[in-house]
Amino acid sequence: MTDLGTIVASPLEEVAPPRGQHGAAAWFLWIARRLGLAVLTLWLVSILVFLATAALGDPIRAILGRDYNANPGRVAELEKLLNADASIFSRYFDWLGGLLTGDLGTSLASGRPVSELISGPVQNSAMLVFLAAIVMIPVSFLIAMISVHYRRRRPDTVIQTVLLAIAGLPEFVIGVLLLALLATTVFKVFPAVTISSPTGHPWDNWKVMVLPTLTLVLWVSPYVSRIVRASLLEVIDSEYVELARLKGIPEGVVMRKHALLNAIVPGIQVIALQLAFLAGGVVVVETLFSYPGIGLQLVDSVRNHDVQVVQALSMIIASVYVVVNLIADLLSILLTPRARTAISS
Amino acid sequence: MTADQSHEHEHVSLSGEEAPPPPPIAPAEPGTFKKALRQKRFTVGLGITVLLVAFVIFAPYLAPYGENEVAGPPYNKATGLFGTDYLGQDVLSRVMHGGGEILLIALLGTLLGMVLGIAIGVVAAYGGGWWDEVLMRLNDVILSFPQILLALVVLTALQRPSAWVLIVLVGVSHAPRVARLARGVALGIVTRDFVIAAEALGERRSRVILAEVLPNMNAPLLAEGGLRLTYSIGLVGALGFLGFSADPGAANWGQMIQENRLGLATQPWAVLAPVLIIAIFAIGTNLMADGIAQVAQRGDN
Amino acid sequence: MTATSSSDAAPVEKKGGLVVEDLSVLLTGKDIDVVNDIDLVLKPGEVVGLVGESGSGKTTVGTSLLNYSRAGAYIGSGRVLLEGRDILSMKWQEVRQVRGEEIAYVPQDPASALNPAIRIGKQIVELLELRGIGTKESRLQGARDGLAEVGLPSDDEFLSRYAHQLSGGQVQRVALAMAFLPKPKVLVLDEPTTGLDVTTQAMVLETMAELCRTHGVSALYVTHDLAVVANIADRVAVMYAGQIAELGPKEAMFRSPSHPYTRALLDSIPHLSHARALTGIPGRTPAPGARPSGCRFNDRCAYAVDACRKDVPELREIAPDHQVRCIRAGEIGTWDISRGVVPDADPDRKRDIILSIDNLNIFYGRKHVVHNVSFDLAKAEVIALVGESGSGKTTISRSVGGLHKDWTGTITFDGDVLAKSARQRDATNRKRLQYIFQNPYLSLNPRLTIEQIVKRPMELFGIASGKEATDRVVELLDQVALGPRMLKYQASRLSGGERQRVAIARALAAEPDVLICDEITSALDVSVQGSIVALLEGLRKQRGISMLFVTHNLALVRSIGSGVQILKAGRVVESGSVVTVMETPKEEYTRNLLSKSPRID
Repeated sequence: MTDLGTIVASPLEEVAPPRGQHGAAAWFLWIARRLGLAVLTLWLVSILVFLATAALGDPIRAILGRDYNANPGRVAELEKLLNADASIFSRYFDWLGGLLTGDLGTSLASGRPVSELISGPVQNSAMLVFLAAIVMIPVSFLIAMISVHYRRRRPDTVIQTVLLAIAGLPEFVIGVLLLALLATTVFKVFPAVTISSPTGHPWDNWKVMVLPTLTLVLWVSPYVSRIVRASLLEVIDSEYVELARLKGIPEGVVMRKHALLNAIVPGIQVIALQLAFLAGGVVVVETLFSYPGIGLQLVDSVRNHDVQVVQALSMIIASVYVVVNLIADLLSILLTPRARTAISS
Repeated sequence: MTADQSHEHEHVSLSGEEAPPPPPIAPAEPGTFKKALRQKRFTVGLGITVLLVAFVIFAPYLAPYGENEVAGPPYNKATGLFGTDYLGQDVLSRVMHGGGEILLIALLGTLLGMVLGIAIGVVAAYGGGWWDEVLMRLNDVILSFPQILLALVVLTALQRPSAWVLIVLVGVSHAPRVARLARGVALGIVTRDFVIAAEALGERRSRVILAEVLPNMNAPLLAEGGLRLTYSIGLVGALGFLGFSADPGAANWGQMIQENRLGLATQPWAVLAPVLIIAIFAIGTNLMADGIAQVAQRGDN
Repeated sequence: MTATSSSDAAPVEKKGGLVVEDLSVLLTGKDIDVVNDIDLVLKPGEVVGLVGESGSGKTTVGTSLLNYSRAGAYIGSGRVLLEGRDILSMKWQEVRQVRGEEIAYVPQDPASALNPAIRIGKQIVELLELRGIGTKESRLQGARDGLAEVGLPSDDEFLSRYAHQLSGGQVQRVALAMAFLPKPKVLVLDEPTTGLDVTTQAMVLETMAELCRTHGVSALYVTHDLAVVANIADRVAVMYAGQIAELGPKEAMFRSPSHPYTRALLDSIPHLSHARALTGIPGRTPAPGARPSGCRFNDRCAYAVDACRKDVPELREIAPDHQVRCIRAGEIGTWDISRGVVPDADPDRKRDIILSIDNLNIFYGRKHVVHNVSFDLAKAEVIALVGESGSGKTTISRSVGGLHKDWTGTITFDGDVLAKSARQRDATNRKRLQYIFQNPYLSLNPRLTIEQIVKRPMELFGIASGKEATDRVVELLDQVALGPRMLKYQASRLSGGERQRVAIARALAAEPDVLICDEITSALDVSVQGSIVALLEGLRKQRGISMLFVTHNLALVRSIGSGVQILKAGRVVESGSVVTVMETPKEEYTRNLLSKSPRID
């Protein structure tokens, strides 16, 4: 009974009911604060991206390599494109201004506008991540629930051991093994590389999507599944689940109403993290399957030192992370009565 | 990613109030390592890891062919145990030569990431207030980049990454993730009364951190270190696979996958051999990490 | 969930009530018993108090009545007969039917036992809804009536609250209403008032007793608190190390307790009406698997003879309805409740002030939590700060100790004005003023050995170092009744009482003049509390150490304090010498606190 925590509200004092009109204002403030923080984070991200790509090394030297000294004309041309004469501040704010007005600049490698270059890949990658998420979420929850059903008995141990083994594997290992198993060596069922017409989408041929999606799913589900199992177990061992049982509530209802409801929030958090994680995973997976998304494009651009494209793609991936996290936080709060009422009162 | 934060309660607890007092007295509580050794998955993981490290160190002296020695025609299945690669080099010998860079960068990168992350996390938790706010905001910025993206962004402006650059990149990309965990663990400790007691005695702040806070964090931090090592192996391997390694001529597991990808159909072993050894390495370190994590969870109660 | 039934025993037929026969609960896979040989009868409408300290197995017995055991343990044998039906040998569908409807359970900590994500109105009617009892309207009406019965609002707004929006007492009363709604015949209450303030506790206990009376429900009240039992139970069972040591009507149990353990337990409890020299029970409660052969109390018992170590004694009847598990029950003389009574501290003694607190105001951020508190502390004197949770008593002690620095006012210590935080105070003042924390499980660094922990203040303040310091550690451990073999142990190997002794030794290592004791016995069993209080009293007398003693337990104040400050919501309500305040309280608040405190005298 330390007073530190309870000093504010004496237990004898009746807790005030949530106040309606006050609640709305509190919510507005809370959301405004979260949005502000997200914007702040993104702004700092932009500084980091800009410094790393434009100030850390000399991109022009990197692009031209040995030609740097031999071809002063090209150097001047690139310098003009990058506006290299201007101070780093004015270059940064030019770039930031462009970002905010939708002008992502011009690709050094191809000379075409970046926005035009990346619009197709962005759609393709979004589709891939979407498919992976759609498969990954139910699969992970299902495995976790099976595991919890058999908790601390043999099937659970086996599932956990398998998941643990897969959870440590890098994405390219999973991808290559799947390639060897299902595309090139053992069974030749699915194409090893993505062939799509320049006008169409890769998912016009569904077979193309199978291996990249499967790789991503296998890469993240073990982790999600283990976390969901752990939070389910924690809830199941909780006193309110014990009381529900002692009250004589049937086991099925205990699981659905008392356990799952409280275990879903950690699930949401981890899924959000994994979605952001997938955005990184596409880099390697798309390269492996030559899937025309932002990952493949990013790797190509890094190889070509195509600064403008790398900057644009990094900002997109980082924004996805920030937005997904914001949504997950919001959902968690909405689904946790304690947190919800804490904000509105 | 964060550490496996599973909270399993596999110990027997009769009731909250009647947790049986400790058994008749051993002089000192066994350390995390000793407790971990009782876990099967930890010993298996440790065994695999030790064997692999030994392999990486000693195999170059035992390899039948040199690192860049041509042993036969390209993609020839008949030469040696695993055949030859795209240049006709012996795959087995390349695998035996190719672990050094990955191991060195992964180990040092992990170490750097852990040291940075622990420092940031503990200072944020112990300092509290303004320190905490600023450090965690900056942390969020780096967290917004998937680890591989952070590396790629920096590599854009560089012509050729040196091993040191890769180590720093691996370390810096781990640091905020470690920091978040370390902060969480430290927050649970700095509010405990023994830390406050040390404060009340007037102990120096550095001593409070080093003697009171850190020793109580070692189990979760060791687990995190193991997990980070697993991810480092994946990260360095992936960078090699994408064509970013310190020495493009040298044998390197990640890069071997890249080099021989097109031959996957004709000579699968040229790709599968490095993939499998990375897989075994990662599984080993991950088992080890999970074993320690189990010990960490059971904690002091 | 296995249950063997001894089929030949004659079934005890009774209307209502519950009969427990030969119950034992074992640890899974080890066949070590947690509790065994439990025989207990709950007559209709009767409240039986099941009392025991940590590790006695009382909660295990409680949940066994619902054929439930926690993970890692299982019910090994016995019968639990409800109107002749054995709950332990029922199919689990039937067991589920019995739970809630016929036997209801009120949990230890309802704050964590109510589902945080379901509104309480829904939780109260959940069971009836699932069983399809009544209509939607009748169930809702039932919930409203139930809440009204326990003295809570029953409007829609209240029904739609979540558990965290209720106070501790409210949550507990919701749990009671929930348990009573299906009209059960038997109620198992597991320490339902632990952690509540005395006034809230009194309210909950009254409500419970009233409900049991009006509905004719029999109840098993599981608790560690003998004083609570003295107020509400008809009969009392005392448990020790997994067995019932003594069982009898309440009056007999408190007037002529016959088991040495019951007597020792009663000796360690402070009274409201007199100061007492409290005593503890040496040693610690053995864990399952480490219990001695023969009588389980023999290794801590002052009356043990060789025969006690041989066979486990049977419960035998020494008076009508009064049973004792002790072979020497008739031989060890009589016992008197006023044993150990000592004179109160003299209110008119001469005081030599060492610490004075003047006009103390304390803040948390913008919140003003303590208002204008002034008092002083003399040499070799104990001043108690008493109040319910939220009264600011701990906050005051932390500010005096320099652990909380957001305060104004003056604290003068032997002529020096103290700085706000410990770090700003000079080493002498830090050394002479030592703080002991409430929870010994948190206040010792689990990574350090006892030697390192106790030695540290000596090194820090330059009192001693090296071999000399180690010798002094041994001396200090001896003073707090711990052997030198503890030196190399880590704190995690020690029991709560042993840890608190180490914490006291650490404070003594600095050679302080004032100790600030923040609820230092509230996390401990009463028998351990008794010995700690005895230890502190010795230190005060021999070393002349002064103490600021923070507590919520008024009876304890009577035994340990010479002066008292009664606090309420950050203000001193009444202050003075202990005798004066407790014998002739002037304020309504103090009188109320005194009357609501459970008492056995």
